[in-house]
Formats: sequence, structure tokens, C-alpha cells
Amino acid sequence: MSEFRGVDFFLLDELLTDEELAMREAVRTFVDREFIDNRAIEEHHRAGTFPRDLPQKLGELGVLGPTLPDEYGCLGASSVAYGLMMQELERGDSGLRSFASVQGSLCMYPIYTFGSEEQKRHYLPKMARGELVACFGLTEPDHGSDPGGMETKAVRDGDGWVLNGSKMWITNGGIADIAIVWAKTEEDIRGFIVPTDAPGFSAPSIEGKFSLRASVTSELILQDVRVGPEALLPHSGGLKSPLMCLTQARYGIVWGVIGSMMAVFDEALRYTGSRTQFDRPLSSFQLVQRKLVMMHSELTKAQLIALRLGRLKDEGKMKHYHVSFGKRNNCKAAREVAKLGRELLGANGVCDEYQVMRHLMNIESVYTYEGTNEIHTLALGAHLTGHAAFRG
Amino acid sequence: MKIFVCVKPVPDTAAKIKVGGGASIDPAGVKFVLGPYDSRAASKAIALRDAAGDGSEVVAVAAGNPNKGESEARKRIKDVLALGADRGILIPDESYENRDPLAVAKALAAAIKNEGEFDLVFTGRQAVDDQAFSVGPMLATLLGVPCVTDVVGLEVDGKTATVKRAAEGRVEVLSVNLPCVITAQRDLAEEQYPKLKEILKANKKKIDTFSFEWPAPAYRVTELSPPPEPAAGKIVGEGPDAVPELVRLLREEAKALSF
Repeated sequence: MSEFRGVDFFLLDELLTDEELAMREAVRTFVDREFIDNRAIEEHHRAGTFPRDLPQKLGELGVLGPTLPDEYGCLGASSVAYGLMMQELERGDSGLRSFASVQGSLCMYPIYTFGSEEQKRHYLPKMARGELVACFGLTEPDHGSDPGGMETKAVRDGDGWVLNGSKMWITNGGIADIAIVWAKTEEDIRGFIVPTDAPGFSAPSIEGKFSLRASVTSELILQDVRVGPEALLPHSGGLKSPLMCLTQARYGIVWGVIGSMMAVFDEALRYTGSRTQFDRPLSSFQLVQRKLVMMHSELTKAQLIALRLGRLKDEGKMKHYHVSFGKRNNCKAAREVAKLGRELLGANGVCDEYQVMRHLMNIESVYTYEGTNEIHTLALGAHLTGHAAFRG
Repeated sequence: MKIFVCVKPVPDTAAKIKVGGGASIDPAGVKFVLGPYDSRAASKAIALRDAAGDGSEVVAVAAGNPNKGESEARKRIKDVLALGADRGILIPDESYENRDPLAVAKALAAAIKNEGEFDLVFTGRQAVDDQAFSVGPMLATLLGVPCVTDVVGLEVDGKTATVKRAAEGRVEVLSVNLPCVITAQRDLAEEQYPKLKEILKANKKKIDTFSFEWPAPAYRVTELSPPPEPAAGKIVGEGPDAVPELVRLLREEAKALSF
């Protein structure tokens, strides 16, 4: 049994409902049993393999698209509950959380928001159960922070479409059954549900990652991929549509990285408490305490931000700049916490017997994807000043 | 089939128990959970119900102080509902912390009798906090039915059950008439964690209150003190010659080996 202890310095648990607490506990136990206690996550990380039964297990647990309504096989859970689920998954590994973020926030959300009733009924229940895996194709090799510059095109062909282009850094790409592909039509940017077995579609894996090694990252290549009219997400239109998806996923990351921080802090606190140098526990030294306090403070502040953000989201008051604030702050905090945790574990901190280095490596991706720190800084700058520094 | 599962909130096994200054532990900062044996009992009960089909139900029963926070007892009933049980019964007891096992067994028996016929009653083999091992057998006596303790396997066939129980150095297989009381060992069922959908459903399931006239305590805890410091390790010898003695001690005293 894992001895993991979460952090609740400001008694935030008192602000959570019994239901939210019970759901957090259930996901925490799931992650312990399936990935931590048996060290499965270390093995996947070391081998660079994706746990192939993860989609189905997460589906059974209920963490895929859980905020969507139960009429589509989802739970209708609160956004705070969703955040806590992402926190607990990422406490295990950012790769686990990334899978759930992509499936739920980046793929189920657009089908729910921009899809036809028929598309929703066809896809969402299977996706919630993890029977159908999806990926989200927005970023391109030459267009990362500036997705509006995309080159992927969709051209009308009879009553259907022909898609050409390529997408990069696509989580779940190689294991997906469908891809939500964003492409420029003559009129606007639109979203398409593309079956990954369509002729002309391929998803070569991106190898050699030092980060998110238990997660599949791929390139998507679309060469004259023909899809029927039913592939188009009818209510999608403009760059705003994929950006709305990103807001959802970024919200999950604001919570997710708290899990990473908790794992690292818990490990560092235990390690420095039990390791003796100069006849005293490491944690009795001032310089060690300073690092522990810095980690704990960043973690606690991140929790306060996430909970307020979640309640705003549930009340329908959350704006994209609130999410930018949370993503920017919490990812930066998690990066710092992972680094300090690694330092506190000394040489042991670089081995995968401990978790800190895995989290440290993972967080580099999480810090970068879904809007870099710089992009969120500029989004906030634009909100404060009215001047969008990233537009020409 | 009608199955009752009696559960008790206990401190998380990872919790650090603080004693001193009274006859109960300091609950500050202690997280209460469904006991690990109770949880296996619940999982087994739910699996039996599912196998038995229509008309079967699992009812979770707990006694506890309804005024403390949101009632740990109610929360533990909800834990069982989230594993898939059908409904719950809460027996309020404002002095729950000072209650002796016989009183608890009487309350549980009254609540179960009040429901009429039943087939099985499960309890955990022990509560992992006070480790009294008492409520299950007492409950069976009060209900006038057989009790099988430390059960690691159970199959029901009509009005009898084939039960495996862990005895010293062997597993006993028994045939027992229903209704009966079963106290669960860990191996009775695999550990289940609740599905999120069931947690949400659990909130909509019914938890009835059963009022019980609590008797005056037959015994009560008068004082708590911390356990003695563990004795220093024992060196049984050196080299290969020491191995047989070490194995004997691990098997017989530490119970760490089962072969």
C-alpha cells in the first residue's frame, strides 16, 4: 500500500464536497494499485511504452470526459471533481494525465460542443468507455505557438472533403482510432473527425523523447485523405474553436501539475526525513528546510489557484485569461518543485527508483505544451493592456 | 438474496495515531476510512448479489455519531454504496466513541431483525483500530445464527454455503446453513475501488436511520497509553547455521512465512 500523503495546508478539503473527495480518493487508489505499488509506471517510463490497457481502465473508472452529461455515457461531474481526477492521474505520471486530457478535453469536448447530435451519440459513449481512442491535431511542424498559421487544408470533394497536411507533437496519435483534425477550408478553420484507418492517413511515432515516455507522441500525415460529409464538426468555425478546446485541456493541466508537485514533495519530505548525514536527518538542516518550504509554498499556492479557477468554471465565470494565469503559474511552480525535489534526493534523485527525475523530465513537456509560459504571459499581457503583442 | 454488510469507520492505516489526554485517540488530522476487512466483505457481498440476480440486495449498516462532522459512519455507508450496495442503515449514537462491542452488536442485531428475513450478514474479521474481533460472533449469537470467522472463500448454493476459513497452518472448508454471519479475511475478495459513476449514484441511494436505545456501557476504556517501544532486533546466530532458527522464528513468531 502506498504511503503517499497529499498536502492540504489551508484545509481546502473542507471546501470540497463529499462527492469530490470520494472521487479523488477513488482515482488516488486506482493510481496506487495500477501504477505505483507495482512500479508499472517506472517500467513503462524506462521502456518508453504506453500502457495499452490504460484507455479501457480509465474508461471503467470514469475519468474520460467526466464533466459531459450522462446521456452520452459520461458522469456530469463538476469541474473541480475533474480537476482532482487530473491531479491524481498526474500524481502517478504526466503521461497518464495527458492521455485523459487529450481524450476528454481535446477530443470529446469538441465533439460535444461542435458536433451534431448524431456524432455525439455515435462517438461519446465509446470514447467515455475508452473503447475508442482519439487524438487532437492542431499543432503543425512549422506552426506551434501560432496555430492560426496552419497549412493543413480541407478542400470540398463532392459532398465530402479531401484533407492534406501534417500535424506534429500529437499525443495518442499512434494509438488513436479517430483524429480531430483542424484544417483550413476556403472559408474558415474547421474541425474534422478523421478515422485513422482512412487511406492516406499515417501517424509515425516521435522517438527519442526524454519526457512523457509512458505516452505516445506522433506526427500525423494526411495525404489526400478523403472523408465524407459526416466527418465535419458542423458547429466548428474559426481558430476560436480549437482554442476553446485548449482552454479546457489547460484547465486540467492547472490541476494535473499539482499531482506532480505532491508526488515530488511527498517523496522529498520522506527522503530528507529518513536519510541521516552528519548524524542528523537531512530535513533538520536549514538549507534543506528552505527547499522544502519553497516547494510546499509553491504547491499550496497552486492549489488555491486551481480551486478558485474550478469554482469559477462551475459557475460559468471562468475566462481564458484565468486559465492562462493558472497554466502559467502552476506549470512554472511544478518545474521548480521538481527541480528542488531532485536536488534534495541527491544522487538518488537521478535514478528511476525514485519518482522525482521522472516528474522533472515530464514537466518539461507539460511546461511547453498547451501554450508555453511565454504565450500565456502574452495572453495575460493582452488582457491587462488591450494590446496583443503576438499579433503583427 | 438479502445480505447485510456491517461496517465501521477506522483511521487510515497510514495515519499516525496520537494518544494521551483521555480515553480516545486524538482525531485531529486523522483520516477515517472504510476498514480493509469491511471493504473485502462489501465486495464479496456485492458479487454474491450480482450472481444471485433479481430481487437480491446488499444493505450497508453502520453505527456512529451523527453529529460529528458529517458523520463518518454515514460516509462509510456511502463508501459501500459506491462499491455497488443498494441502500444503507445508519444507527445514530452520540456516545459512539465510548461504546463497547456488545452494545454495538446489539444495535446491529436490532437493525437487522427490524428488516425481517436475511441470508447473510458480513462483518470484517476485526476493526483495525481497536482490534476487538468481537462484534461478528456476538452479532451471530444475538441473531441466533451460526458464525464463521476469518473467511477466505465463500460459495452459496441455495440455503447452504461452502465456506473456506483460514485456520492455523491449514484452510478449513465448511458447509454452513444460511442464514449466517461471516467475518471476512482479506482474501475473501479482491480489493475493489469504486467507479466514479457509482460514487455519483451512491449519493442518490437511500440511507435510513434506525433508532436504538443504547444500553449503559458494559465496559469502557478508561485510559490510553502509547504502545511500548519495539524491542531491539534479535541476532539468532551467524552464517548458514543460523538459517533454520531464523526461518523458524519468521514462521512461528513473526508469522511472516506461511510455508
